[in-house]
Amino acid sequence: MQLQNELQKQEAPVAKASLWSSLFGKMDVRAYTMIGALVLIWALFGILDPTFLTARNLSNLFTQMSVTSILAIGMVLVIVAGHIDLSVGSIVGLTGGLAAILSNWLGLPPIIVIVLTLAAGAILGLMQGWLVAYKMIPAFIVTLGGMMVFRGVLMGVTKSMTIPVSDPVLGMLANAYFARGFGIAIAAIAIGLFVWSAFRKRHSRLKYGFEVSPLGVDIIKVVGVALVIISFVFIMNNYKGIPFPIIFVILLAVIFYFLSTKTTFGRHIYAIGGNKEAARLSGINIHRKTMLIFLLSGLLSSIAAIVLTSRLASATITAGTMAEMDAIAACVIGGTSLMGGAGTVIGALIGALVMTSLDNGMSLMGLESFWQYVVKGSILVFAVWLDISNRRKGAR
Amino acid sequence: MYVLEMVNISKEFPGVKALDQVNFKVREGEIHALCGENGAGKSTLMKVLSGLYPAGTYSGDLVIGGETKQFHNITDAEKAGITIIHQELALVKEMTVGENIFLGSEPQKRGFINWDELYHNAALWLNRVGLHISPNTKIGSLGIGQQQLVEIAKALSKNTQILILDEPTAALTESEVDILMGILNQLRSEGVSCVYISHKMPEVFALADSITVLRDGQTVATLDRSETDDDHVVSLMVGRELTERYPRVEHTPGETVLEVKNFDVWHPEKRNQKVIDNVNFSLRKGEILGIAGLMGAGRTELVSSLFGAYEGRSEGEVLIEGKPVRIKSVADAIKAGFALVSEDRKRQGLVMGMDVKTNTTMATMGKVSRLGFINENEEIRWGMRYVQDLKTKTASLETEVGTLSGGNQQKVVIGKWLMSDPKILIMDEPTRGIDVGAKYEIYHLMNQLVEQGVAIIMISSELPEVLGMSDRILVMSEGEFVREFDWREATQENIMQAATGGK
Repeated sequence: MQLQNELQKQEAPVAKASLWSSLFGKMDVRAYTMIGALVLIWALFGILDPTFLTARNLSNLFTQMSVTSILAIGMVLVIVAGHIDLSVGSIVGLTGGLAAILSNWLGLPPIIVIVLTLAAGAILGLMQGWLVAYKMIPAFIVTLGGMMVFRGVLMGVTKSMTIPVSDPVLGMLANAYFARGFGIAIAAIAIGLFVWSAFRKRHSRLKYGFEVSPLGVDIIKVVGVALVIISFVFIMNNYKGIPFPIIFVILLAVIFYFLSTKTTFGRHIYAIGGNKEAARLSGINIHRKTMLIFLLSGLLSSIAAIVLTSRLASATITAGTMAEMDAIAACVIGGTSLMGGAGTVIGALIGALVMTSLDNGMSLMGLESFWQYVVKGSILVFAVWLDISNRRKGAR
Repeated sequence: MYVLEMVNISKEFPGVKALDQVNFKVREGEIHALCGENGAGKSTLMKVLSGLYPAGTYSGDLVIGGETKQFHNITDAEKAGITIIHQELALVKEMTVGENIFLGSEPQKRGFINWDELYHNAALWLNRVGLHISPNTKIGSLGIGQQQLVEIAKALSKNTQILILDEPTAALTESEVDILMGILNQLRSEGVSCVYISHKMPEVFALADSITVLRDGQTVATLDRSETDDDHVVSLMVGRELTERYPRVEHTPGETVLEVKNFDVWHPEKRNQKVIDNVNFSLRKGEILGIAGLMGAGRTELVSSLFGAYEGRSEGEVLIEGKPVRIKSVADAIKAGFALVSEDRKRQGLVMGMDVKTNTTMATMGKVSRLGFINENEEIRWGMRYVQDLKTKTASLETEVGTLSGGNQQKVVIGKWLMSDPKILIMDEPTRGIDVGAKYEIYHLMNQLVEQGVAIIMISSELPEVLGMSDRILVMSEGEFVREFDWREATQENIMQAATGGK
């Protein structure tokens, strides 16, 4: 309490940010810890097995992480709103099966297959969202039920058979690479957009008469991001080019990053997760927003399903099993609080990258697969422990 | 003979001295009130006393019954006969009264709980605090007042010699307060000492034998009740003479802005029970309408129902500026010109983990966004405006509201609703849990708003506040308005009489 009195003595209503905090201000500590951990993990695997850091393996790694990443992007919103979605793995399985049936058994053109698959995912999510939002059944129960029902339906409609997908367009979605020149073009556009948005933000803040961070800081930021983009494209081009599914992940990540941080919808989700009652009394339509979140989660699951089916060139009844757990773990490692109200899309992606790197590195080293479970489980608990002990120190 | 002496206690948090050479002495068998504004160090001192801050994290001596003690945890303190009862009660709702009383110290035989002994003893302790209920009752089915007595019974069962009560009456009705006071008086006569932390001067003066005032982490004075009065204590708490606690300004009410006719509200679960029965009232521009009444009279139900936030069904006519409106949701109410500063800002008013500016714009995102996209600069502009207008003390707009003091949190809530340009501002217990200085600022602000033409409905359980601020006072009892007073003719006595059902 005394501390607050101290703080209150400072007059300025807008914080004067130091160089450090204006560079790293808004991202949470756990995300940074995890970037550090990621670098550590990569370095470790790089030393233990020289093939880990080759362009070929990194390209594989990013392709591998795509399914978990897409699911984690949707899961973040669900968890931030204070719910959970255990059904995403089964939705991946069911909509993947549906895609294979539509394409292989009914011979529909790929564009129709994709649209119907996405619609199916959205509808499954919507149904569950309605039960959670309007019928007040806890999300854990609804989606646990969904997890079993959808898996069961999948086994029923496919008669427990593996259905191959031979359509060349569908096959390309997760297995093709962008031409090298195209990759460079994308990188240039991305950097251009980033520079433009940084400039615009600065300009707009000046127009409002607010303090702006020193030009140097902005330049460091832009250069940093540009370097990351360039080195990513460079490494990918060193193998075969940017893998298709990674573009999906990046596109979705950008969309959901904006959705969660720059729109009223995103703000409302954080408010609902942070304090449902206060959100309700501020005139926020909690029911509709909750239902929409589950719809989005279902939709993203069906996108993941298309990527997975395309990669495996077939739909199996076990496709997506345990994917919900990977997605939840990715969110949590990336700083999402299961209590709701806190978590970021970027954090979840870093979490997914950590999980996939562990998988990839360990199988590269030829460790038996049981190790992957043991290590991933331990890292999950360790990450949360680290966060909680950090927070407790902060509270003291 | 002092049963408790805290000598030269100092406690530092990084960068701040929370307690600075505090001395606090309690005699055997007395009720000792501990007063001070929020942030004065009361809670910190009590946390030192109850072992929550272990020995070594503070300097100074803790002397219990003449012996210097060092507590390393709460159990140590309890063994020495010290128990603290927090403002938020710590009982397990799903368990029975008996289980709660002996939670953690269950009587055992060969590793199994001896249930017969447990319930037998629980009944004895309940008897001691004058609570005549079965120890088999579930805590969840008891009222707050009864739960508080269970907490006291639990404390006594641990052989407590010094009982600390932190704001015990914050959630109690008048009659429950009376019962509590009776029990405390009885415990005093049995030799139990009691430290009573409270903001409410009438209670302090009705109960306490001595009063210690803390300010800014220091002991200002320890006084005998007989040698002081409440104005004196309040001035010691704030460190200045309070010439007037309520800034009364003559208002000139304008035309009628709100009319409520034949308004009924039903209970959300017991669907046939009316919580508000055929209420009629009107509100004029530029006036403060005070609504007084006991807890549970239906005041909160009435306003949250008008605001579209009550779960139960409602019926009746609501006219704003002469035009009938239908309010089915909070969003409708905001559009119609209502704003509600709810009674519990922690639970209902703010998202504690979010910052000042996002909380400010929460109810009126439309003003800072276009096509659903937020303009952060507009958000900063609005946030800054209300921080400056309301003189909210915050390190920055990006400070989490959870770290602000109660008064400043309340200002954020008020700013949030001012941003919606309300015609009718409903304030439910606007100054609960706020220290005296901030209270005065909020009263002043209410006067300013009224001058600008806003109509204010103020619900308050503090009668002096109702008397001091309202232009008109409606008294509610059992879901009906039983009397209306002009502020000049209202007194604490005639309001209480009306509220308790007398005429």
